[in-house]
Amino acid sequence: MDMTERIRAKLTTALMPLHLVIEDESHRHAGHAGRMQQPGHAPAGGGTHFKVVLVADAFTGLGRVARHRMVNGLLAGEFADGVHALQLRLLAPGEEG
Amino acid sequence: MSDEVFERIRREISDNPVVLYMKGTPVFPQCGFSSTVVQVLNRLGVQFKGVDVLSDPSIRDGVKRFSEWPTIPQLYVKGEFVGGCDIVREMYLSGELQSYMADKGVATTTAA
Repeated sequence: MDMTERIRAKLTTALMPLHLVIEDESHRHAGHAGRMQQPGHAPAGGGTHFKVVLVADAFTGLGRVARHRMVNGLLAGEFADGVHALQLRLLAPGEEG
Repeated sequence: MSDEVFERIRREISDNPVVLYMKGTPVFPQCGFSSTVVQVLNRLGVQFKGVDVLSDPSIRDGVKRFSEWPTIPQLYVKGEFVGGCDIVREMYLSGELQSYMADKGVATTTAA
């Protein structure tokens, strides 16, 4: 399973998102120092820089930092396995506008 | 060792009203996400202390553990963790960052 699918599986199971888009933007960071950090983990073809847009009921009533902490916590294993940057847009239903 | 780093961070964020843990320096950011936050703070006219985590691996690792936040940059205002690049950008675009700075008594040069 590639890193995009790992992230999708974790977030889908834990948050049951109403909307979820995951983009692997690793190619835009080719040559970036962070990509050379963990040669054993980060494949040259991608898997280090991701952008996630996620709408879920779980975020209702939570501030921005708490939402990010929730997602970062769910993906702690993925960070350990080579994810270097994760751009997050985390919305509760009704905030999409 | 961890305690020393935490103590240093605690001192930094209490001695300086606005601290940005970043890659590179405010003049020469070494990462697009750090650069974005620097640009936002400059646009608001906020004075801040930039701490280059690339020049000190113990701080780079230490601030992630201190904040329980896995990525850099990290913005602190009056000792309080505000967030990373995405949060700072969202708050800036919605106008919240301007009012947040005002609430915290941090001077900005642009009107909220």
